[in-house]
Amino acid sequence: MMYEIRFHGRGGQGAVTAAALLCRAGFLAGKKGVQAFPLFGAERRGAPVKAFARIDDEEIVLASQIYEPDYVFVFEEWLIEYAIEGLKKDGWMIINTKKKPEDFDLDCKIATTDATGIALSNNLKVAGFPVINSSILGAFPKVCEEIKLEHITQAIKNYWPGDIGKNNAHACEQAFNATEVKE
Amino acid sequence: MILGISGDEAVALAAKQCNVDVVAAYPITPQTIIVEKFSEYVANGETQAEYVRVESEHSAMSACVGASARGARTFTATSSQGLMLMHEILYVASGMRLPIVMANVNRAISSPINIHADHADSMAVRDSGWIQLSCVDAQEAYDTTIMAFKIAEETLLPVMVLLDGFVISHTLQNVSTLSDEQILNFIGNERKSENILDPENPKTFGAMVLPDYYSEIKMQQIEAMDESKKVIENTFKEFGDLTGRRYPLVESYKTDDAEHILLCMGSAFGTAKVVVDDMRAEGKKVGVSRVKCYRPFAGNEVREAIKNAKSVGVADRVAPFGSYPPLYLDTKASCDGINLKSFVYGLGGRDVNKDTIKEVFDRLEKGVDEMFVGVRE
Amino acid sequence: MNAGGFNPNLKGLSQQEDLLLPGHRLCAGCSASIVVRQVLKAVRGPTIVVNATGCLEVATTIYPYTSWALPWIHSAFENVAATASGVVAAERAFERKKSEPKSDVIAFGGDGGTYDIGFQALSGALERYDDFLYVLYDNEAYMNTGIQRSGSTPKYAWTTTTPVGSVEAGKMEYKKPIDLIVAAHDIPYVATASPAYWRDLIVKARKGIEVDGPAFLHAISTCDRGWRHDTSDTIEIARLAVETCYFPLFEVENGEFKLTGRSRAIAKRPELKKPVSEFLKPQGRFSHILKNQSMLEEVQENVDRYWERIKKLCGE
Ligand SMILES: Cc1ncc(C[n+]2csc(CCOP(=O)(O)OP(=O)(O)O)c2C)c(N)n1
Ligand code: SF4
Ligand SMILES: [Mg+2]
Repeated sequence: MMYEIRFHGRGGQGAVTAAALLCRAGFLAGKKGVQAFPLFGAERRGAPVKAFARIDDEEIVLASQIYEPDYVFVFEEWLIEYAIEGLKKDGWMIINTKKKPEDFDLDCKIATTDATGIALSNNLKVAGFPVINSSILGAFPKVCEEIKLEHITQAIKNYWPGDIGKNNAHACEQAFNATEVKE
Repeated sequence: MILGISGDEAVALAAKQCNVDVVAAYPITPQTIIVEKFSEYVANGETQAEYVRVESEHSAMSACVGASARGARTFTATSSQGLMLMHEILYVASGMRLPIVMANVNRAISSPINIHADHADSMAVRDSGWIQLSCVDAQEAYDTTIMAFKIAEETLLPVMVLLDGFVISHTLQNVSTLSDEQILNFIGNERKSENILDPENPKTFGAMVLPDYYSEIKMQQIEAMDESKKVIENTFKEFGDLTGRRYPLVESYKTDDAEHILLCMGSAFGTAKVVVDDMRAEGKKVGVSRVKCYRPFAGNEVREAIKNAKSVGVADRVAPFGSYPPLYLDTKASCDGINLKSFVYGLGGRDVNKDTIKEVFDRLEKGVDEMFVGVRE
Repeated sequence: MNAGGFNPNLKGLSQQEDLLLPGHRLCAGCSASIVVRQVLKAVRGPTIVVNATGCLEVATTIYPYTSWALPWIHSAFENVAATASGVVAAERAFERKKSEPKSDVIAFGGDGGTYDIGFQALSGALERYDDFLYVLYDNEAYMNTGIQRSGSTPKYAWTTTTPVGSVEAGKMEYKKPIDLIVAAHDIPYVATASPAYWRDLIVKARKGIEVDGPAFLHAISTCDRGWRHDTSDTIEIARLAVETCYFPLFEVENGEFKLTGRSRAIAKRPELKKPVSEFLKPQGRFSHILKNQSMLEEVQENVDRYWERIKKLCGE
């Protein structure tokens, strides 16, 4: 079974790294097929960006973008209209927000977590901006049984050795605990 | 060891493990990760290689020529505009029979400027005397870079490793790596060559050759290119024995009984395999082949792969101006009597997705002779 | 200082139409757009812009949009000066053949497109004495491709091709003294500027446009993404570059060197000169220097040496 995941963020928020981390977590979970790739325009910090990840028990040969994802990550609420495009009927939308899943009227399953708040409370910032990728990934194990929280935190610690990794992994755990879901 | 790395990282790692002596390169998207990775290796003392941070690609290739002529195992990487800027010196490198290995991360050429995958860059230099080996994913880019050193040093021809921009260069996947020792046993610890600038044994490189000799010298180069096919095949075979990963000159998937075949290059092959499975599930007899060894052109192998099909769609990722695109022309010249149709898709990074490939098969089935796929009116 | 009666003031400038329009996709806080907007305040008539490949070019002309309210051409990375030469040649031809008045030509190149890959084309154009203003917006690395070192990157600065590792810590070579090299071409006008001193910059741009023959304006251009600083610190850092004498303001008119603005004031009152650490501190690319006393001392010595050299050339 192949899972396709799409990330919607803004340049500088770490959407590309989030895709890469999820893919590394997939590897730690024993998946043979993992793939993560960004879609680059000529965008600078602040512009909307997309990144993709695929996770499969078998090797992946597909080399195209993702049009009908099983999961989408939304780094800021205003990106919902882009993220919903093509999302499978029983697909999950994971939103970075202070709101609850019930506050959204969308034709999909919803998970919410306040990744920005958690990132800021852990002082995860680059050039003054909160970096929320490690936090928002914490919501994923709540909605996908294939990947466990420990796979993600381990991927984070491997990616950023030392204290930075520990802080990010901590934020990830906090976000996991704070995630609310609506099927 | 299995690592989750991108195509560019895989290439940089392979070059480092091949014990290169000199790297001279200039950054350009989407090749940049290669030079950045290599810079890290240098900064952390993980390689003994000399890394020349040149001020342009013209100088990158020029420095590679100097280093390689002096006997160094030499590596560089570029893309698009960079390859165009090197163009002049590519011929110098091959004419001097210098076994330089270069990764070209395929990207469209300006104007208009675009940083995404198509094959216009490497196709524009297909006749510069370089061997060209195309890849479908990061694993193959890693493997091919390693094999490229062996092939280059045995044939005394420079080798270009081709990987699609972003689709391969920036895509993270599992890459199964070899140990340094395995690699160096395979390609040789260091470059062995007598044909170098050697104070003990002075030779002249790049002499003036007048009409009385020029043709003969070019003939030697032409013959070397023809004969390189054997070396490439042997190298692929030995590599297969070592790793279990076997690369044919032309790779085919479900073509044996196929009525319609897509012939392509690069990353599109993977997606095409998925489409072939989907369409076969609907009872359609389709298959896909791809050219791995583009220079020298594996014409006989292409012919073997596609000869029984009712029709074959040859898909180029290059804009053709006033003629047919290159893969089609090469195929046409080697496949007399086979029903070939020329298709063009994926320009400037336009995604080659399942729909694109299906469209090619649909047109083949219906006999629609229309070249451009996935382009708006 | 003045350029033929040209005397920009804030009120006038704010009423003047911008020729680089908003909506471009340069990073928030990027100096490049500020430099360009200031230069374009000095435009005196019909003007054609030539742009090298780089952040400025890419982020201002993403099809089907453009931020340029002037005719604009981008050809490639290494040839902005040669392309400008071509435009200038056409201007000369039309003037001769059709008596058309010549347009001014302004070329914008990044440091990569100027110090490195485009240097040959630049030197050729200067030697041919082609009449255009070349504006170097210097963010001290290849930013468009993601922060790689250039001939302009200062010693010890972190970039992705000069990482801070265990055996090498940032770039190991010095910043090329491009202004002195360009001035050695004996062209009529060479100047340095900082967007923090807008009036100085605009007047210099105007002078460069007005002179007959090539002119070269070198503007320090902060880059929050590559220099790793807060977007709100842009102008402060552009100011500190001058106040620490890391980037002295001067001009070379027909071979004569002269300090201008803040730099002249510092030469007169050396107590105004700030330590280079103040320039380094807000920038992540220098963070390892601040932790290493001997490195920091070396950087300060380099700055002092360069400043003394420029002062001497300027007869101070
Ligand atoms: C021949 C060639 N080589 C490499 C590139 C890739 N490239 C595009 S912009 C750029 C760096 C630009 O640096 P700079 O001139 O300093 O401008 P900045 O982006 O920093 O503003 C590079 C390496 C290219 N476009 N053409
Ligand atoms: S990367 Fe730097 S130079 Fe480029 S747009 Fe951003 S701030 Fe400006
Ligand atoms: Mg620059």
